[in-house]
Amino acid sequence: MSVPVPAPRTTASATRPLRIAVPIAVLLALVPLVLPPYSSILLAYGLVMAIGALGFNLLLGYTGLLSFGHSAYFGVGAYAVALMVKYLRVASMELFLVGAIVASVLITSLFGVVCVRYTRIFFGILTLALSQVLWSLAFKFFWVTGGTDGLRVPTPSLFAGLVTGAGDKIAFMSHAYYYYVLITFCVCVALMWVIVNSPFGMALQAIRDNETRAEFVGVQIWRYRWVAFLVSGVFTGLAGALWVPLNGLTTPDIMHWTFSGEIVFMTVLGGFRSFAGPIIGAIVFNYLKTYAVGYTVYWQLLLGAVLVGLVLSLPTGIVGTASRLVARFQGRS
Amino acid sequence: MEGAKISLLITKDLVKWFGDTHAVDHVNFTVKESEVLALIGSNGAGKTTLVNLISGLFRPDGGQILFRDADVTKQSVHGRIKAGIARSFQLVNLFDQLTARDNVALTIFSREGKIANLVALAASDSAVWDEAHEILKAFGLEAKARTLAGGVSQGERKLLDVAVAYALRPKLLFLDEPTSGVSTREKAPIMDTVTSVVRSTGISAAIIEHDMDVVFNYSDRIVAMHQGAILADGTPDEIRRNETVITNLIGTTEAR
Amino acid sequence: MDVVLIHLLNSLLYASVLFLIAGGLSLIYGVMRIVNLAHGNIYAFGAYVTAWVIGSVAAGASAPVWLALLPAGALAAAVLGAILEPTLLRPFYPRAEEYQLLCTFGLLMILEDLMRFIWGPYPLSASSLFESFGSFSVGESIYPTYNFLVIGVGAAAAIFLWAFIYRTKFGVVLRATSQNMRMASALGVNVNRVYIEAFTLGCFMAGLGGAIIVPSQSAVLGMGVDALVLAFIVVVIGGLGSLEGALVGALIVGFVREAGITWFAEIELAVLYLIAALVLLVRPAGLFGRP
Repeated sequence: MSVPVPAPRTTASATRPLRIAVPIAVLLALVPLVLPPYSSILLAYGLVMAIGALGFNLLLGYTGLLSFGHSAYFGVGAYAVALMVKYLRVASMELFLVGAIVASVLITSLFGVVCVRYTRIFFGILTLALSQVLWSLAFKFFWVTGGTDGLRVPTPSLFAGLVTGAGDKIAFMSHAYYYYVLITFCVCVALMWVIVNSPFGMALQAIRDNETRAEFVGVQIWRYRWVAFLVSGVFTGLAGALWVPLNGLTTPDIMHWTFSGEIVFMTVLGGFRSFAGPIIGAIVFNYLKTYAVGYTVYWQLLLGAVLVGLVLSLPTGIVGTASRLVARFQGRS
Repeated sequence: MEGAKISLLITKDLVKWFGDTHAVDHVNFTVKESEVLALIGSNGAGKTTLVNLISGLFRPDGGQILFRDADVTKQSVHGRIKAGIARSFQLVNLFDQLTARDNVALTIFSREGKIANLVALAASDSAVWDEAHEILKAFGLEAKARTLAGGVSQGERKLLDVAVAYALRPKLLFLDEPTSGVSTREKAPIMDTVTSVVRSTGISAAIIEHDMDVVFNYSDRIVAMHQGAILADGTPDEIRRNETVITNLIGTTEAR
Repeated sequence: MDVVLIHLLNSLLYASVLFLIAGGLSLIYGVMRIVNLAHGNIYAFGAYVTAWVIGSVAAGASAPVWLALLPAGALAAAVLGAILEPTLLRPFYPRAEEYQLLCTFGLLMILEDLMRFIWGPYPLSASSLFESFGSFSVGESIYPTYNFLVIGVGAAAAIFLWAFIYRTKFGVVLRATSQNMRMASALGVNVNRVYIEAFTLGCFMAGLGGAIIVPSQSAVLGMGVDALVLAFIVVVIGGLGSLEGALVGALIVGFVREAGITWFAEIELAVLYLIAALVLLVRPAGLFGRP
């Protein structure tokens, strides 16, 4: 009679990630107290993009669907906020977030129905094309969307009106709004982590790895892809809603395919086969863009060339390459 | 052994065309409760197509499929799994990036309807993991629980494939060549494991096999197919003495 | 009546160009099972080269010279394709499809800025050729004669391609490789060469589409992605991998687009996509597609 093997536990337990995440959250919380306002505002942009990339990667890394149209959902979130300001005279950040979520759910559920029946190429081009359709609508219905001039969004009030934007805007953005973004970011990261480690997350990975077998263990492929699409779009829409008060303005540009390309790029840069990859990729990309844009006007060329280079030689991105290096280093010592 | 055993699965005049050929030609195929059936026939006889039709991978061009008295002909794959039909694949079809126990656990989550759960950690459902462990143990795979499915030996992959299908707790399990690609001395242990699990739970299994030793040693009943139609249907003894089967099949397979 | 005729001619005009782009896309997919996301930019590249050659380099020459230089864009696109396939696409055939998509998407971004780098951000025109053709009267309206050239080239391309694929030895090899690459290889076909030839031909078609349309409308940045988005509707309706599908799809999209621009300009693209979505729901493989 053999020694009973302890009941196998975890595909993931919460303790290890928390040991990494909590110190990082603390460090992030210290930023406005230690660094100048410009730094925290810049980082706020990075955190917002990270939420968007996190949503995007639920589809790519976990479900195996590469979307070239995620700018659409970011834009939907941003425009939902701008339109709430324009037509409903709303100024509460909480209401903005609710509005963005509702709008994102509507658009992604619609687009999702068409897109998730297809994979790979068709999915990619469909998502690209649908986002271009949305972009063209934002452009053409200028009496609603402000056309190329876009729509302005004033400083919102936070925490149900407790904190208002009256007074110094820079101070507001670098402190109060930064913390708001940080809290939302932490909540989003925690939520996404639970989702990818849930039975649902396992089903998505099964669909990614072997669609036929997934079907034959009872997973209804379209349905699960559709839900993944929805969740993914909502996260990205939320990012758009958080972005627009920072930027003060939303224009059709953020629904253009070039922005989708940036989302793809930052995720691949960070490493799409890991959980933290998109987060790191987004933050790094945000800094790169801020400093590189001053050097060259041929931004697409640079991005495209680096993307091709990444895919050819460093397909696992920053996180993947770093883990490999760490493993090799540990193996040696 | 004989007598009034209830029919679990009945196909009536099942037809499937591929271009101009009758892959399955008006087949009336039955599987009874608690029996192990072997489905034999030369390549192209229609065995895999028949299994594909019953499991829902293909739609038939004519005929009916009745499972436990319900008409499942138009049912989706999902519906048939819910009804109690499961299958493994000839070319091993697993989730190679997941561990062996993840493969089984996912199947259990799916069976229990738990994969709709987005906001609960999979790790915290100990009932599922305990059952996954039990199933792996029954198939002799508990040592490989934490190994990636892509990293175990061929024989273990074949067993894992069966274990995953079994984890759906079906009433009828279709196994498509469970010993193909495996060395001869591994075949018996695999079949021993599979049949002991099947018989101990009283489910039925229909096994596509080419190896006649396996066929005659492990099945209660044999159905022989040829060119899309059923050639013969009977006990191993009856089939052994059947002239047409011998000339068309047994004489041409590699076992003898 | 003449208004109807003009709408008809315009539809055929769009259809011609769309057929060339979508046909190239379908051909490449049919043989190689890849979709080049930068295909639209190859079309744009062809447009830019022709506009540059006719509008700048040979600006002072005459109509016959310009006409002779028209295919320059198609040839340049073909050369570009012949360079790209072995260098940027072939490394990805054995890898997961996401990487291929990512690579061609990166290529899309590179080409977009490359054209801006070479030719600047302003539109490039070859209208001199367009104007030299003059116009003729259709009932009480006038219609540019040059557009007939475009329609003619489109029709000729369709016939030529059909003959090429179904009547020549290369066409047989192409079809064999598209149906069963391994078998063709086992029979001695040099698959690498077939791939580069198919890809070059597909790029030639896209470049030709750009070349013939640019005299009537300038080459602008962003035309590549706009074309890709439209070409995609064509292959969804017609079926990816089918040339007949590309033809039929191009005609349908051409007509709907012309109607759209006339009667509901703001949502014309959205309407086209609605139609594509409906086709996808009813016949996922397209009218002539194979899975």
